[in-house]
Amino acid sequence: MSDVYVLGVDMIKFGRFPGRTVPNIGAEAALMALDDAGLTIKDMQAMYCGNLGQANAMVGQRILQEIGQTGIPVVNCANACATGATAFREAWMSIKAEMYDVVLAVGVEQMGKGLLGGAGGGDGIPKEGLLGSGTMPCVFAEAGMEHSSKYGTTFEQFAKISVKNHHHSTLNPKAMYQIETPLDDVMNAEMISYPNTKLMCSVNVDGSAAAVLVSEKKAKELGMQRAIKVRASALASDPYTDRDLVMPDVNACTRLAAADAYEQAGLGAEDINLVELHDCFATAEMLHYENLGLCKDGEAGMMIDEGHVELGGKIPVNVSGGLLSKGHPLGATGIANIYEVCSHLRGEAGKRQVDGARIGMTHVIGLGTACAIHILEKS
Amino acid sequence: MYLNYKKNLFQCYLKHKYFYGGNKNMLPAVDYLIVPDKGDPYLEGHKCNVCEAIFLGERTVCSKCFARDKMSKVKLSNNGTLYSYSIVYRSFPGIDVPYISALVDLEDGGTVKGNLINVEPDPDNVDFGMKVKVVYGDALGRKDKDGNSYMSYFFEPA
Ligand SMILES: [Zn+2]
Repeated sequence: MSDVYVLGVDMIKFGRFPGRTVPNIGAEAALMALDDAGLTIKDMQAMYCGNLGQANAMVGQRILQEIGQTGIPVVNCANACATGATAFREAWMSIKAEMYDVVLAVGVEQMGKGLLGGAGGGDGIPKEGLLGSGTMPCVFAEAGMEHSSKYGTTFEQFAKISVKNHHHSTLNPKAMYQIETPLDDVMNAEMISYPNTKLMCSVNVDGSAAAVLVSEKKAKELGMQRAIKVRASALASDPYTDRDLVMPDVNACTRLAAADAYEQAGLGAEDINLVELHDCFATAEMLHYENLGLCKDGEAGMMIDEGHVELGGKIPVNVSGGLLSKGHPLGATGIANIYEVCSHLRGEAGKRQVDGARIGMTHVIGLGTACAIHILEKS
Repeated sequence: MYLNYKKNLFQCYLKHKYFYGGNKNMLPAVDYLIVPDKGDPYLEGHKCNVCEAIFLGERTVCSKCFARDKMSKVKLSNNGTLYSYSIVYRSFPGIDVPYISALVDLEDGGTVKGNLINVEPDPDNVDFGMKVKVVYGDALGRKDKDGNSYMSYFFEPA
């Protein structure tokens, strides 16, 4: 099977674009990724498009209607917050399977403001606030509090994650926000669902990101200087866990995907130089230090206290600013993470560059549950 | 916030009074809550006879061990311990906040989610592993579009 390379990759600056359409926002990133690869839409043999909000509305084809209708196969994917990464992975698989040599993957989302999560509906009466809460800040708070129960993790430790990611975002011109949020500000912000304050919840933004993936043969033909090798692409669904029915799983699913990714790459966590992981809430990031094997179980609080996960630390996490400050356009997030890691591996990440980065990891998780992990290497 | 808490307590008191008046004409808020015409309401699980996994709601296949047609109904315990929680300050419009969203492991198996009531919603008053009991009462006055009343369940400190 051919190795697969990312030849071109880019994202737009995340923001709010109420006057634009979803395909229009997606088209912008698609053209940027094509330019980055030095190719045109005429060179693409297939397209995989990730979007959630209009999952039934042929977003991929509508993007081609904006940038060039060449008649190539288009597949539209929806996989919760793993949507973009799933589209990328489908593109990767099509090259692995030697169906194509040059494939485009696009992730795009236009978000409303406000709370995400189960408002109830259906028959009978609404269950929100009657049988606990199905809002995302609460669901991820409960997952974080499970960690507190086991290891004594504190509100302050969770809050420090948000301080870190907001600080990182001040170095990223493509982040939605570039503002420092000191610990006091984070802890005293409006409490949404304890222990997650408003500044510990990801930002709902519009955005898009895209990548051009190529086979090894094509990469050699076009030039390897900026090509990034995909060392692993893992996707897992949630295995059965005892509290499944009331507690959507983010841990077991991530551990399953991580084990697969490390095995595919023949690497361990100690080989990874930077990680972009799914910090949809500050409480979630804490869990994934352990789930991804960046530290032992029970050591996540120490990782943030000691600064190991900051830019300049042992294993920098979310130097882009993460979902907490860069923003979280659901369908775009999985490819935006890949763009971030590729930027570092190419040495093009500017002020936030992780020095000497050779290998990086991306992780996204969508409740329901889907977890996608990629390991990328400088070629 | 404290006043709000007192108000909630009083509402709960009223609801319990109402409940003790009988279950007549009250529909269950969820399908795993059983409201018999006579006798006490209870939570029902579906237990796999092969691997003992407990599910909420009827099913024929076990998603843990994949056994088919091995499910039996079990009455779940009204006693449990608090596994995890969050205190919800922002919810959808019209939902009273703050409240405690709680995950409770029941004695003899099964985990259920619901509101922990009769505790001031402050992390200092909520302890992991605390003993709670399942209590039943009116579903906070919520009615469906046909005006039917519903019964629900809550947790309170044991
Ligand atoms: Zn079973």
